[in-house]
Amino acid sequence: MSIERFLNQTVSPWMNAEGPESDIILTSRIRLARNLKNFMFPTLGTQEEAKKVLDKFKQMIPLINLYPLKDAELLMMEELQPLHKQVLVEKHLISPNLAEQSPQGACLLSQDEVISIMVNEEDHIRIQCIFSGLQLEEALNLANAVDDQLEQHLDYAFSEVRGYLTSCPTNVGTGLRASVMMHLPGLVMTQQMKQLIPSINQLGFVVRGIYGEGSEALGNIFQISNQITLGKSEQDIILDLKNVVEQIVQQERSARESIVKTAGIQLEDKVWRSLGILKNSRIIESKEAAKCLSDVRLGIDIGYIENISRNILNELMILTQPGFLQQYAGGPLRPFERDVRRATLIRERLLLENNS
Amino acid sequence: MICQECQKRSATVHFTKIINGEKMEVHLCEQCAHEKGNIIMFNNSSGLSINNLLAGLFNFNPNIEHTHSNAIHPNEIIQCDTCGMTLQQFLKIGRFGCASCYDAFQDQVTPILKRLHGGNWKHIGKIPERSGGTIHLRKKIDILKETLQSLVAKEEFEKAAEVRDEIRAYEKQLQEGGE
Repeated sequence: MSIERFLNQTVSPWMNAEGPESDIILTSRIRLARNLKNFMFPTLGTQEEAKKVLDKFKQMIPLINLYPLKDAELLMMEELQPLHKQVLVEKHLISPNLAEQSPQGACLLSQDEVISIMVNEEDHIRIQCIFSGLQLEEALNLANAVDDQLEQHLDYAFSEVRGYLTSCPTNVGTGLRASVMMHLPGLVMTQQMKQLIPSINQLGFVVRGIYGEGSEALGNIFQISNQITLGKSEQDIILDLKNVVEQIVQQERSARESIVKTAGIQLEDKVWRSLGILKNSRIIESKEAAKCLSDVRLGIDIGYIENISRNILNELMILTQPGFLQQYAGGPLRPFERDVRRATLIRERLLLENNS
Repeated sequence: MICQECQKRSATVHFTKIINGEKMEVHLCEQCAHEKGNIIMFNNSSGLSINNLLAGLFNFNPNIEHTHSNAIHPNEIIQCDTCGMTLQQFLKIGRFGCASCYDAFQDQVTPILKRLHGGNWKHIGKIPERSGGTIHLRKKIDILKETLQSLVAKEEFEKAAEVRDEIRAYEKQLQEGGE
């Protein structure tokens, strides 16, 4: 049905709302992992078992009484084409794991794409809420509200000592993973990021690239998330993360200031050159596109570039991913064709920006 | 730069592999990178995933932190009655089979959890409203008991007496409500 809408709309509706600190923080995301009592975890469960879990979930959907989940759409992974799944992954609406290897996998997606509930991923249920900017509390509150609704109708696997029981011991306890996506060109340029990562790790937080585990920090975008899920309350976990993130924001701001002060003209040159590349290239690889988009976004934040909206980084980073490009092209593309199409898309998008 | 695999196309995928502490720069063209298992998008299939690393971490564990007689004997099979998963299987894949595994492998799980969660092994945080049962009440009592102790230590006996009565009231509720 309206899967088309989720696919064709690059910018999730929530992205248009600019959250706090949105010059540096792109998104705040909360994920809660939950499992059903008396069912094997999806990693070990059979098809029939997974089907039962999905059926239970489906029966529960009409009983949910929460406004943000009104008219939410249930997407069955088996019914989606691989390309469509890839697009949903690129939009961060489902995990690669759900797209690739989850029998009876499904996702309940809210109309505004803020809430996504994955079924039969690594855990039976994973509730995800994404907000723009730094809004961890808001995201946690919403995820908790969703969780409370589900819990009224589903029996969770919970132990007093271990908390919410999860398939992987790294998630047990609160089942909470809070992550913040940040654009940190200043810290990368001043070579501070490399030193910062180990100290962030020491505080119990993980730093990753834009598409999660093992992915590269394309376009100077980093994801910072909590590692510890057990023995800390949900509120403390997000408060600690918020504190770390706020400090990184401070450092990024001062890095930007010092670059502008000491190498302003070089930075301005870099920014405008990158805009030139984006406006004029006919072939562009995703890595170069990400780098240039990061430069342009920095130029917008600093004020070198006017009349281009800030959203361009978020939007074009997603739009120029392989899945999206092929979705737009209406079919599979070879890598070279993708690079050509990527360049065209970026040029057209920027042209649109100037006319408005 | 030319792709290391096919030696023909130009390399567009660049990353650093670290295996056993040894760094290796890898430069591939997009086609070869995809053939090698979609490294960029779906890293899970590339073999060196977080799961494997985790499993490695677990394997170390029993040797380091066997408190009493918890060390696994080579011939002993510890198994979860509910799902049939053995401890060895769990250590290998780093995932539990079902909720009961947490109890079945309890002795081994506690040190693992401590390592993963900064020394913590006990849940503090949300309790499900419905299936939480009497936990809510008991947690409340626990917190009040701590308050009581600190009040006594500070010799604030009047307040302590209030808290004591509160605890009694909750305990009565617990007896009536639970079982």
